[in-house]
Amino acid sequence: MTNGKVADVTFVLNGQPITAQAGETILQAADRSGVTIPRLCYKAGYRPDGNCRVCMVEVEGERVLAPSCCRRPAEGMKVNSTSERAKKSQAMVTELLLGDMPGQTKSPYRRESELDRWATWLGVTKARYPQRHQPAPDMSHPAMSVNLDACIQCGRCVRACREEQVNDVIGYAWRGEESKIVFDLDDPMGASSCVACGECVQACPTGALMQANDVGLVAPDKRVESACPYCGVGCLLTYNVKDNKILSVDGRDGPSNHSRLCVKGRFGFDYVHNPERLTKPMIRKAGVPKTTAILDPEKMWDTFREATWEEALDLATTKLLAIREQHGPKALAGFGSAKGSNEEAYLFQKLVRTGFKTNNVDHCTRLCHASSVAALLEDIGSGAVSNQVSDVALADVAIVIGSNPTINHPVAATFMKNAAKNGTKIILIDPRRSDLSRHATYFLQFHGDTDVALLNGIMNVIVTEDLVDEAFIRDRTENYEALKKLVLEYPPEKVAPITGIDAQTIREVARLYATAKAAIIFWGMGISQHIHGTDNARCLISLALMTGQIGRPGTGLHPLRGQNNVQGASDVGLIPMLYPDYRRVDNPDVRREFEALWNTELDPKPGLTVTEIMSAAHDGIIRGMYIMGENPAMSDPNAEHAREGMAKLEHLVVQEIFFTETAGFADVILPATAFPEKTGTFTNTDRRVQLGRQAIDAPGDARQDLWIIGEIARRMGLDWKYAGPADVFEEIRRATPSMGGITWERLQTESSCTYPLEHEGDPGEPIIFIDNFPRPGGRGLFMPAEYTHADEMPDTEYPFIFTTGRQLEHWHTGAMTRRASVLDALEPDPVMSVHPDDLAKLGIEPGGAIEVESRRGKITAYARADRGMQCGTLFMPFVYNEAAANLLTNDAVDPFGKIPEFKFCAVKAGKGGKVAAAVL
Amino acid sequence: MPVVKVLTDGIGELNLCDIGVYRSRGGYEQWKHAVTAMRPADVVELVSKSGLRGRGGAGFPTGRKWSFLPNNGRPRYMVCNCDEAEPGTFKDRMLLEETPHQVLEGILIGSYAIGSRHAFMYIRGEFKRGYEIFMQAVAGARAAGFIGEKLFGTGYSLEVTVHRGAGAYICGEETALLNSLEGKRGEPRLKPPFPAIKGLYGEPTVVNNVETLATLPHLLKNGAEWFSSVGPPKSPGFKIVSVSGHVKRAGNFEVPLGTTLRELLELAGGPRDGRKIVAIQPGGGSSACLFEEHLDLAYDFETMAANGTMLGSGAVVFFDDTTDFVKAAHALVRFYAHESCGQCTPCREGGYWLEVTLERLLHGGGLDSDIEMLVKVAHQMTGINLCPLGDSIEPFLASVVKRFEPQFRAYVKPSVAVSA
Ligand SMILES: Cc1cc2nc3c(=O)[nH]c(=O)nc-3n(C[C@H](O)[C@H](O)[C@H](O)COP(=O)(O)O)c2cc1C
Ligand code: SF4
Ligand code: SF4
Ligand code: FES
Repeated sequence: MTNGKVADVTFVLNGQPITAQAGETILQAADRSGVTIPRLCYKAGYRPDGNCRVCMVEVEGERVLAPSCCRRPAEGMKVNSTSERAKKSQAMVTELLLGDMPGQTKSPYRRESELDRWATWLGVTKARYPQRHQPAPDMSHPAMSVNLDACIQCGRCVRACREEQVNDVIGYAWRGEESKIVFDLDDPMGASSCVACGECVQACPTGALMQANDVGLVAPDKRVESACPYCGVGCLLTYNVKDNKILSVDGRDGPSNHSRLCVKGRFGFDYVHNPERLTKPMIRKAGVPKTTAILDPEKMWDTFREATWEEALDLATTKLLAIREQHGPKALAGFGSAKGSNEEAYLFQKLVRTGFKTNNVDHCTRLCHASSVAALLEDIGSGAVSNQVSDVALADVAIVIGSNPTINHPVAATFMKNAAKNGTKIILIDPRRSDLSRHATYFLQFHGDTDVALLNGIMNVIVTEDLVDEAFIRDRTENYEALKKLVLEYPPEKVAPITGIDAQTIREVARLYATAKAAIIFWGMGISQHIHGTDNARCLISLALMTGQIGRPGTGLHPLRGQNNVQGASDVGLIPMLYPDYRRVDNPDVRREFEALWNTELDPKPGLTVTEIMSAAHDGIIRGMYIMGENPAMSDPNAEHAREGMAKLEHLVVQEIFFTETAGFADVILPATAFPEKTGTFTNTDRRVQLGRQAIDAPGDARQDLWIIGEIARRMGLDWKYAGPADVFEEIRRATPSMGGITWERLQTESSCTYPLEHEGDPGEPIIFIDNFPRPGGRGLFMPAEYTHADEMPDTEYPFIFTTGRQLEHWHTGAMTRRASVLDALEPDPVMSVHPDDLAKLGIEPGGAIEVESRRGKITAYARADRGMQCGTLFMPFVYNEAAANLLTNDAVDPFGKIPEFKFCAVKAGKGGKVAAAVL
Repeated sequence: MPVVKVLTDGIGELNLCDIGVYRSRGGYEQWKHAVTAMRPADVVELVSKSGLRGRGGAGFPTGRKWSFLPNNGRPRYMVCNCDEAEPGTFKDRMLLEETPHQVLEGILIGSYAIGSRHAFMYIRGEFKRGYEIFMQAVAGARAAGFIGEKLFGTGYSLEVTVHRGAGAYICGEETALLNSLEGKRGEPRLKPPFPAIKGLYGEPTVVNNVETLATLPHLLKNGAEWFSSVGPPKSPGFKIVSVSGHVKRAGNFEVPLGTTLRELLELAGGPRDGRKIVAIQPGGGSSACLFEEHLDLAYDFETMAANGTMLGSGAVVFFDDTTDFVKAAHALVRFYAHESCGQCTPCREGGYWLEVTLERLLHGGGLDSDIEMLVKVAHQMTGINLCPLGDSIEPFLASVVKRFEPQFRAYVKPSVAVSA
């Protein structure tokens, strides 16, 4: 019993000796031994609450019965779950609950209600007790129905909402027989602060809380274990499918989500069944000019005509080849997708490199963490996270900077909130006050754009107060003196007026981080999307190095990845200067290795990045492009410029599932498959390679993306032989040694493997940099960074700061989520977050129209009052094509990562006219 | 008459709310003495030796309770339970309103004994006047240097926080009280862990009743033997008993434990003229009834337990021969059903079922079989709840149905009985 370890216990259950493993309850031990004890309020994985009293057992020598779900057995204890008294109690409680159900019988809201199951098991068929009050149904939420007449007050939803997801919406109100599940202050669910994670629905045993539209009553004909198509957290899930339609989604116990999901993962799946899905190859009609206008999908047949796959693929390829012949490989480029699988990304870059014969291949990593990766590669030799999100539970301190995880990485955020409740001190650093601030010990609402100054100030304190880890600096780093010299120029008193954070707070935060036993840093695009994004990341790396907060559990650096496969797409070489596994294309040895693997000559020069490609298109240098599953017309900064570039292309092939804003610029459109329609691997923010399995067939004549890439390759004369994703994965293992030990078979059984995993059978390495950094000499590099300004500062003409990002209910440019019925119902219109004082100054009512204009464009959206904003700053998600935030953003880029400054530009604002209609 | 004046000394004669008056009679001397001349362990030992048992209901030996606190270097909390809402109990309220400094001095001494540097006083929401009086007492004591930093020049500091409840009987249950203090829903916690291990804010905590703590200054002043020599050996000392019901002069009476029920009845002026006592509920709403043949029993923890009931919080209710026990049972069941926090099924659902069934019986809609069901359900829902509230219905209900069954049967209309 020492060292917190609890020994196994042997006790007697119903006359049989059984062993409870350390810490197990009677119920858990019984389950493992095959003894059935009824239970209702207990849910595996949740804290047992012991309220329903269905699991009561008799313990010899005790006056009252004990709840087996909570009670831990003692050595030699004699327990009986089937004694007369225990059985009677179990049955009576079940009967009391059954008596409250509508019609005093089986739940009308879901199949397989757990109450029904246990009632049958206990032989309770009818209730002799009268019904309690019957709350009225609440159908106010688009995704979930609330029928509390079937509620048994087990409180699983309360624990789901408060203890698992920590959204604190559901409560248990009133008392006695009036006890009732409530949302906020007994508000309708749809009007409450519910974020629709659906954890409560997943937890409810009776269907009192259930997916809307009676989904709970339909029996699926298959359940397919897969993953979520949205963000980098990488939740595993199960698709419930009937007649080739997804009925619903359940969270699956994946290592990164423990059965949790967010609103997008759980309710955002029906985009795949949207009637606007592209089902036929399309070719641009002769003579229809390309303009920068966004085309209406309803009118797409004005511009395009239907084609056969043969014709479309032939045209797509011949034109690309013709451009290559006439202008050389540098006139071609490809954008792959961080939404596609590793196999797709790998083949796509291979196609561009070996077929187009150029390194002009990139994807949206450029727009999200390119600067972080640049700094990480430079300073510690690897672009991936050092520790997984789950390490936050082991951290005493967690810095979360430039990140709004409850919105952008909602399930990762739940683990941060869990940790905070268990004592991890969160230091939230962000110009915008986000929901995580409720759980933070320190919240530093600093002035946007001043990250380097603030971080240098923190490092100054660590140096001047001698809180550095000298041994770590001596043994594992280089260039410390240069860093020290620079940060000494940033005393807190000097940094305070720049950042808006007082010197005392800077000191306290510095001490807290530096002296923590284990401290981790999470960051998001608030760090990376600046022209000094690489410098921002360098500071974070220096902070971890100087304090030795890396290479151990609960420490490290974790840039939270955006897309579900942005990690994987980068790993397998969807990057202009890097081959798979981050090996430089301009290293001749490396090149020769890949020339051997791919059996062809390769371009020795690094290719152009996303933004460079768009400019080159503008300048007529890039003439032909192949874009798979990316939407630069919406996602690129200064979108008008990007759209002009695309309009100038001689030939554009777009592979898509919808008629996106970008598809309107295409010459050939190839209808592709959505996530649940294909099998492949996806690598999440934690370096976990996870398997997405096909659940349904693609609609119409839409084809597998791997097949499409292969057909283009074939027409380019490449001799590829891949029967399916497994074959491609085999080649990835060879091209990417850090994943070399992961086998397709193992993924089938485990669904998730963490790399580095070089040799078959290795467990994988959740923590890296334990002994050294993968740089020449093995040392981490300090790169001092001076504080600099954004490219475009506010002035009298453009006095507001404009910043962009995402929104919980939508994904990126909205191509999927605006076509997912629940998500669209929750957030249908373009909204701009504005501080209420600014709204008052501008004379705009909350909900009124606001017009915002930068030097590059002008949009009108609905103003949303948000006290989390700083005065003088406006925020808008880049989802809405009727008010595309990226028409305003600045395309100035970071010199190292080439990432655009999405997080900062100057705008003016005023009362708006009419908000345009969405083009969907 | 066996009345004594210990805790009640001066009540009704002096303005003991005035700190000057209280101090003129030796008030706060024991507090000073404890901090300056005693080690905490000495106080614990003294209280253990005295045999003092908790006055809040469970009668748990106070010294023993204190000794459960682990020596883990964590902060410890003393919480005084002044949520008094047990049916028939009104002694804590009197102490609060009439002699607040005595209560406060007890809290302070108890805190010192267990090594707490922060004490909490949880006052029933309805006791607004008592709350105001107590707040003044705290202010006075603070001004006099009895609360705060480095008391009496020693290194010991103590803070006191006063909290008002919001009107729920269940918040008198110690773990519900702690939840309520923390700002959470006032519902009992699963035990174990007990508050001594994981109490307020997860730290080792002692919850003691007002009367228990108010006894401490007297114990320190007069010694353990003075206390333990009074009353039966296992139930030593004095107790304030709240007597009510069908008596001429209901009120609080401070008596040595072991005083008989008949003596208590006499103290309260006896039965109403021409009436005779037929039942006695001796220990609050959750105790089983005794009957006229029990009037000569000694009123102490042991004797009550030996006779199938309990002393509880020391609230004795006398019922005379005019009582309609169906109505009495209904009133009490309704109380418990209403006060159920609603988290466990048997208490929430079973309590409600008993209430509506009794109501139906009272209104002429009862079935003959209801009476068996009442007893059966009350019995089955007992022993399977999360806290004692759910187990509180059976004792009174079962005892009066058994004794006065004809009264219950009489409510069943013959026609209904036949059709059933
Ligand atoms: C439903 C319920 C209500 C209670 N109400 C009170 C109360 O109002 N005052 C009180 O001192 N104890 C009350 N108790 C007992 C407390 O839980 C606890 O045992 C007591 O405060 C301990 O103090 P003591 O050891 O000094 O008696 C109640 C218990 C239950 C189960
Ligand atoms: S709504 Fe469902 S999960 Fe919530 S308390 Fe009721 S039965 Fe339990
Ligand atoms: S027995 Fe009643 S009051 Fe006690 S916890 Fe259960 S429901 Fe709440
Ligand atoms: S399952 Fe144990 S009390 Fe509900």
